[in-house]
Amino acid sequence: MSTHQPPMPQAPAAAPHWQAAPGGSYPGYTSPIPVVRTHLGHAVASEWTKIRSVRSTIWTLSVFVFLVVGIGLLVGGLVSAHASDASMSGSNPLSFGFFGVLVGNMCIITLGVLTTASEYGTGMIRTTMTACPSRGRVLAAKAIVFFAVAFVVTLVSVSFVAMVQSSMLSGSGAASPSGGDWFKATVGVSLYIALLGLLALLVGSMIRHSAGGITIMIGLVLAPLVLALFMATESLRSVRDFLFEYSFPSQLSVFYDNTLSGSGPTGWDPLWIMMGLTAAAGAGAYVLLRNRDV
Amino acid sequence: MIEAVGLTKRYGDKTAVYNLSFQVRPGAVTGFLGPNGSGKSTTMRMILGLDNPTSGQVTIGGHPYRRLPNAPRQVGALLDAKAVHGGRSARNHLLSLAQLSGIPARRVDEVLGVVGLQDVAKKRSKGFSLGMGQRLGIAAALLGDPQVLLFDEPVNGLDPEGILWVRNLMKALAAEGRTVFVSSHLMSEMALTADHLIVIGRGQLLADMSVRDFISANSADFARVRTPDTEPQLREKLGAALTEAGGHVLPEQDGALRVTGLPLPRISDLAHEAGVRLWELSPHQASLEEAYMRMTQGAVDYRSTTDQKAGLQQPLPPGAEPPMPVPGQGQPGWYAPPSPQQGGQPFVMPAGGPGAPAGPYGGAPAGAYGAPGAPAGHGAAVANPYAQPAPQAVQAPAPATPAPAAPAAPPAPAAPAADTTQPEDAR
Repeated sequence: MSTHQPPMPQAPAAAPHWQAAPGGSYPGYTSPIPVVRTHLGHAVASEWTKIRSVRSTIWTLSVFVFLVVGIGLLVGGLVSAHASDASMSGSNPLSFGFFGVLVGNMCIITLGVLTTASEYGTGMIRTTMTACPSRGRVLAAKAIVFFAVAFVVTLVSVSFVAMVQSSMLSGSGAASPSGGDWFKATVGVSLYIALLGLLALLVGSMIRHSAGGITIMIGLVLAPLVLALFMATESLRSVRDFLFEYSFPSQLSVFYDNTLSGSGPTGWDPLWIMMGLTAAAGAGAYVLLRNRDV
Repeated sequence: MIEAVGLTKRYGDKTAVYNLSFQVRPGAVTGFLGPNGSGKSTTMRMILGLDNPTSGQVTIGGHPYRRLPNAPRQVGALLDAKAVHGGRSARNHLLSLAQLSGIPARRVDEVLGVVGLQDVAKKRSKGFSLGMGQRLGIAAALLGDPQVLLFDEPVNGLDPEGILWVRNLMKALAAEGRTVFVSSHLMSEMALTADHLIVIGRGQLLADMSVRDFISANSADFARVRTPDTEPQLREKLGAALTEAGGHVLPEQDGALRVTGLPLPRISDLAHEAGVRLWELSPHQASLEEAYMRMTQGAVDYRSTTDQKAGLQQPLPPGAEPPMPVPGQGQPGWYAPPSPQQGGQPFVMPAGGPGAPAGPYGGAPAGAYGAPGAPAGHGAAVANPYAQPAPQAVQAPAPATPAPAAPAAPPAPAAPAADTTQPEDAR
């Protein structure tokens, strides 16, 4: 408290003071620390400190990288060892990165939910919202920081896997991917995964419970595909096809040009669909955050 | 300056806070008292804009918290010591808050030094004891060097040294001209720390007055009279004589009588006239804790009952009487009677105080705050013969047995001439 100013005259003197100027500034104490007008940048710096200073971030991202790279190398190795020139002809070598990302996205979902929901679990959210009463700013900062982290980590690991796999398979008769294929299989996939994580973050903000949020997100990712597998009857055919085409794994596979159904979204469509979903979730999360009691 | 007007909060059909109006002024420590579940924390959350009031409003310096410019630099709060992410180190926790508020990072190390956590700054707060957690929460509240400070139960889990530190810290902060609003359920603690008290029960205002007024209005003096144990009939005889003379007599568990409404010399005279020998005739002062209990006893939500252990006891042998309950022991609802001059009301407030149903919006504070001699800091104790709360705080609060020997009370006859709250003056 070395920065405090010397004691001021006490209450009896202060009372008529403030009554003379109700609602004005305080007569009693002025901090020597300069007051800065805070903005989104401050909140982003704060969220960056938060996300890098807990172990759950390190763990989930490490597991993600391990899964993506490990499974990617394993698949690449198996394919290059067993594939014949004939079977590989014309296939896209980048498509084998799909499996690692499919498994690894669970980690990104978990981290996304934890980024918001864990603050509710610990009660930290009250401290945060006291320090920054503008709640939308906190949510925006969380979204920006998380999206950046998820995108960079995914991009680095996916690009590494893509490069290794394409070099492994380059002599096996596989087609050499075009620049557009490369872009989609690295940046496109990373954007998609980061958006999926962002959706998880927003769900976590709405659900306000870590386990609940993670369960909902994993259900959302896996359930449509699992349901579709058991819709054997002809009458449910259209429903089944829709679920196949628009389930998260099959949309992810669009970036690798090996869709499950052969129809449905193509090109960059999955990214636009995911953006729409995330924007809707963002609006919902913002409205709920603004109006609910913390 | 915190100002609440008609603050009401309902959760479903449960009303947590009802029509609460009060002001918290700068330059003084304001204690916020109430039993568990009385709405203290809900009120604190509404002040900080975390919960939206169902009706009414609360402002800080004229603005609702969520529209306050530079809120974290104007208001600091300790709500819940455990409201931190346990996996984050103390320093990183404070650093994230400092960055959010635009406070330079070196301030983090300053406040860590202020609360004495500099040695564990790099440790994860998961391993902190309750007391260390409280210190971390206080550090977060001090981070912005704010004019308004809110502390919810700041001494929970602190050791005696820590309690003393918090007490002095609050006083020092208020002495610098800041507004300090401290909630507690410990009257004894508030009697030592606060200049002004706001007492609520079941979400409603019970009292809003200076500690001085609270003490003089609520501390009832009584005399303890003991007759020879060997002759119980003398006790009955004296009891009858005292009641006849206008005294209020309550038997105590150890056979003594607690007499209010009669000065000591009069009791002695009456005993002499009745021919009763006395083994003890001593003046006592009901503690502030007791006054507070009496005030809030109708508003306690969670009350313990005597453990009957009915399923475990052997049936009483035929003819044996179950032990008679003794007033004041094992009966949580029993407290000393209110001091007689209050006309049966459990407490008094200065006329026109905010508790008066007439005008919660009507700017009543002039009456409430115009209390004699207004808050004059802790030097006030000199003028008031009753303001010697120090010994009371040393005792552990014992709600169920409110008859401990009041320590070092000034001899009752010394004071009455000056103080109109003396029971005998009211008769």
